[in-house]
Amino acid sequence: MDIKSMKNYLFWLYCQFELITCSYLMEPWEKLLFYTFNLTMLVMVLYTAYVFVPPHLSMAFQFFLHLFGNQHENTVSIVK
Amino acid sequence: MERPERAGAALGAQPRANGCSSAAHGALRNGYVRGLSAPDTQINHIVHNGGLYKRPFNEAFEETPMLVAVLTYVGYGVLTLFGYLRDFMRQWKIEKCQNATEREEQKDFVPLYQDFENFYNRNLYMRIRDSWNRPICSVPGAKVDMMERVSHDYNWTFTYTGRVIKDIINMGSYNYLGFAQKAGTCQEAAAKVLSHYGAGVCSTRQEMGNLDKHEELEKLVARFLGVESAMAYGMGFATNSMNIPALVGKGCLILSDELNHASLVLGARLSGATIRIFKHNNMQSLEKLLKDAIVHGQPRTRRPWKKILILVEGIYSMEGSIVRLPEVIALKKKYKSYLYLDEAHSIGALGPSGRGVVEYFGLNPKDVDVMMGTFTKSFGAAGGYIGGKKELIDYLRTYSHSAVYATSLSPPVVEQIITSMKCIMGEDGTTVGKARVQQLAENTRYFRRRLKEMGFIIYGNEDSPVVPLMLYMPAKIGAFGREMLKRNIGVVVVGFPATPIIESRARFCLSAAHTKEMLDTALKEINEVGDLLQLKYSRHRLVPLLDRPFDETTYEETED
Repeated sequence: MDIKSMKNYLFWLYCQFELITCSYLMEPWEKLLFYTFNLTMLVMVLYTAYVFVPPHLSMAFQFFLHLFGNQHENTVSIVK
Repeated sequence: MERPERAGAALGAQPRANGCSSAAHGALRNGYVRGLSAPDTQINHIVHNGGLYKRPFNEAFEETPMLVAVLTYVGYGVLTLFGYLRDFMRQWKIEKCQNATEREEQKDFVPLYQDFENFYNRNLYMRIRDSWNRPICSVPGAKVDMMERVSHDYNWTFTYTGRVIKDIINMGSYNYLGFAQKAGTCQEAAAKVLSHYGAGVCSTRQEMGNLDKHEELEKLVARFLGVESAMAYGMGFATNSMNIPALVGKGCLILSDELNHASLVLGARLSGATIRIFKHNNMQSLEKLLKDAIVHGQPRTRRPWKKILILVEGIYSMEGSIVRLPEVIALKKKYKSYLYLDEAHSIGALGPSGRGVVEYFGLNPKDVDVMMGTFTKSFGAAGGYIGGKKELIDYLRTYSHSAVYATSLSPPVVEQIITSMKCIMGEDGTTVGKARVQQLAENTRYFRRRLKEMGFIIYGNEDSPVVPLMLYMPAKIGAFGREMLKRNIGVVVVGFPATPIIESRARFCLSAAHTKEMLDTALKEINEVGDLLQLKYSRHRLVPLLDRPFDETTYEETED
């Protein structure tokens, strides 16, 4: 029963998506076009995130570490 | 009788001067505040208006939630893009063009179909067109039969399957007092008159079309309204559009409400007078315009205006709001202008004995200079009337375009009006009319309260039988109409251009003919569809009170 209610819930979510983006009103070929475009853009964004976000994060982390690294030594000496 | 809004007002909101919204704590603009019990209503406290209002005036227009507005624009954006795509395909002949276009020889002329209205028509309206113009094949009473139709080419053409969908609960007809019947005293009287006079009149009022039935009707209407004299016309729209030009002309000023009906707007434009618009039901805006008009006069010559006419309606049918008539009359008297009140939806529907918005507020009908109304809504007939002083009506009999050129009312229709009006007044010896007026008031309060409790955004005044339920998104307009029809309930959905583009709504018109079981069925289905389509946008949850107008046995709380 949990699977069934989960499937119903997902179907309901899909209906809401259709209503909000007005693909409920589109003809089948328009829906195909719309979904293809959306999926393509989504896949491209996810791929870009997958490829580029980890190196960016590690660079940012190193930069901040360097920044706070020096300051941390200074503050330690002042406190002492 | 307690109402949830008054309880809320006693708890949280302070009384404010009229025209201001009592946004409690000032923090309710676009913030998401859940569980706040004080509703977003404007309550005109009696003290602030010098005793003008004898009863509380509860009107509320909840703000559009920000997320909903953004998503509505997203939806319209997507549809517009696809509209451009389809127009492109039609232009380059990739797709067959099924709408009207100019002929080949006219392609170089000024384009006829390039404006936004036509773009909207081709690309947005056509997709959801099956919710409108539905053919009904029985009397539009509390239940109606509809002919089933399907479309195989996405609403460009329709074919009838031959099946008739029976007993659809009718929440769309303007049948406020339930006089749209095919059996009963009204129908018998109309049938008798039909066999005596026939159906056609074949002339105008001024020539040979003035029947004794018309004279009888006009005397009755004058008595019903409490005015000196009245005149009846064949068509409600034409009453406004043809009589306003006879009353005002160049050199006069018309102050018209923002949301006035097309007939009033057309009549105002045809008259040639200067038109100024004041914000909907906003008395500060009206007073400012009146002051400016008196102080500055006409635009170039600074002469005083010949006449200042204020055009308002009793109930605004798209908002469900009631005009603030005591204040309008006070302003009219102070600045010595005239008032034209269009009671198309409020006659028969408001007031303890159904005499309209003037009786609802307990005012004197002689204060309103021109009382106009229609027979289409509460009387189950067709046509309109104008009531007022004897000099005014005698003038209109000679100078109104409708009297001179339009065919007069058909005799069976006149008899329907006479019988129904006598029924409402109680002159036919029964209390049926009074019972109907009370039933309508009870239905209105019950229906509105239940819908608000469910969490929908409902516009308008607590006492108006017109109930707009906000839908906002374009796909939900079509979906709501179709889903309700699947569940055997007929509703009217309204979108652009009758409403602003993001504020589309479903409009329910309650009737005295609706029994409580029908309303409960309808409410159950609306609840279901509201959950299915996620229409419960309201951020104020009203606390249901313990005392209710109907007995508790038929109302099960567990269903909600």
